[in-house]
Amino acid sequence: MSMAERTYPDPTTNLETERYWAAARDGKLLIKTCNACGEAHYYPREICPHCGSTDTEWREASGKGTIYSYSVMRRAETPYVIAYVTLDEGVTMMTNIVDADFDAIAIGKAVEVTFRATEGGMALPVFRLAGEG
Amino acid sequence: MSRPAKGFIAGVFEHPTRKAVDKTIPQLHAEVALGALKDAGLTKDDVDGYFCAGDAPGLGGLSMAEYMGLKVRHIDTTETGGSSYTVHVGHAVDAIAAGRCSVALVTLAGRPRADGVATLGSRNYGPASPDVGFELPYGPAITNLYGMAAMRHMYAYGTTSEQLAWIKVAASHHAQHNEHALLRDVVTVDDVLNSPMIADPLHRLDCCVISDGGGALVIVGPEVARSLGGRCVKVLGTGEAVKHLNGGKVDLSHNGAAMSGPIAFAEAELTPADMDYVSIYDSFTITVLQTLEDLGFCEKGAGGRFVADGNLISGVGKLPFNTDGGGLCNNHPGNRGGMTKVIEAVRQLRGEAHPKVQVPDCTLALAHGTGGSIATRMGSATVILGRNDA
Ligand SMILES: [Zn+2]
Repeated sequence: MSMAERTYPDPTTNLETERYWAAARDGKLLIKTCNACGEAHYYPREICPHCGSTDTEWREASGKGTIYSYSVMRRAETPYVIAYVTLDEGVTMMTNIVDADFDAIAIGKAVEVTFRATEGGMALPVFRLAGEG
Repeated sequence: MSRPAKGFIAGVFEHPTRKAVDKTIPQLHAEVALGALKDAGLTKDDVDGYFCAGDAPGLGGLSMAEYMGLKVRHIDTTETGGSSYTVHVGHAVDAIAAGRCSVALVTLAGRPRADGVATLGSRNYGPASPDVGFELPYGPAITNLYGMAAMRHMYAYGTTSEQLAWIKVAASHHAQHNEHALLRDVVTVDDVLNSPMIADPLHRLDCCVISDGGGALVIVGPEVARSLGGRCVKVLGTGEAVKHLNGGKVDLSHNGAAMSGPIAFAEAELTPADMDYVSIYDSFTITVLQTLEDLGFCEKGAGGRFVADGNLISGVGKLPFNTDGGGLCNNHPGNRGGMTKVIEAVRQLRGEAHPKVQVPDCTLALAHGTGGSIATRMGSATVILGRNDA
């Protein structure tokens, strides 16, 4: 396992996204899906970026996905792993990979969501290698 | 051959400073403007169109026009990050062709070195930026965003760190001849691989320099160009593109060059094989590799083999690139490299590059700008240029 973990800044929230962050505090990862075109999107918006419909709906994601790409930030005070994770629902999100040896991380590996407390007590979705939690 | 040109680059200037502790940003804008106008044989009173981007302080173009005492009838402050000035070339040519102005001035200036701007931190574009809550907490720095593009390229195509390193090696071979270059030492592949890892798989020497200064362009129409003589360079084709995360359908396999390149080549009625010299945006080695593929200089995925073994070194390889040393070794003023890419292409077409790196009989050249973060939220611009008799 990797050593110390960095502290996480609070995410900025707004009227469109406060529900996402409230759900994160309950340990849920939400994504937005469009009822008009059926496509999920990320980051969440009131208006679907694919078809322009305002008929978008929050759905809870499975929390499972695979690593699309990643990079270990070696020169940071506390090194950390940034990644794009493709959720099973099809959207790809920026995140961190936690609780893993840097050398064990690879593109294509299965991951699952977990949450980290931020500096101001909010919750941030991050991912760990599946089956190793 | 006399190819038709909507516009001409009549003057260029690259500020010789690399650390501007004794100059303000507006002062640098004015110095590069005067330098490019002098190079063109024009004065500031000839300027009736002004172009600048996000580096211009205050109200941007309004504040800089006021500082410099410009009286303009056309303004364009299109901001696409480091590619802004490459975008401006196309916009200026179009504005001139439409009769909106006749002498367009483009300026860039910055002083991140003097100001000690950190490079490992994340850029915060402010709470109103819709992506910021979903990215900033995860620590996106410029280096690890480009690192992710490089990791994906290695995974998909087998590209190696050695191949990426060749891009820095080529740039350093050119920079040794540039008296203003920040890094003038020739480096080897091993030097790059042995430099500290910043963000996997990018080493310190895979990254561009941080430098102060700036540059300017003066762009004119055919009539003014005729009055100025043979040093004017033809703008034969331009293209621009925006690429973003597409609602979560993230695709790091290509960048906006795949869209802007074909537009520019089509307008110029030319192909990559016609280019004698290329200026390729080089914030990182991966930026060059992916862009060369996306512009069609080699097949997608073959970029690693294409750049290896000195193929980008002037006088050695098949495709001489960034003969001033580029952003990787020479200059990346204000963390924005799109201006200096155009300037070195103009030098090559005038036969005014350093004799050790001048491409013989350089007739056709390309300059490409990359702004924002590669393949994820970015603005690309491609410019095809020709010598006055091209
Ligand atoms: Zn939709």
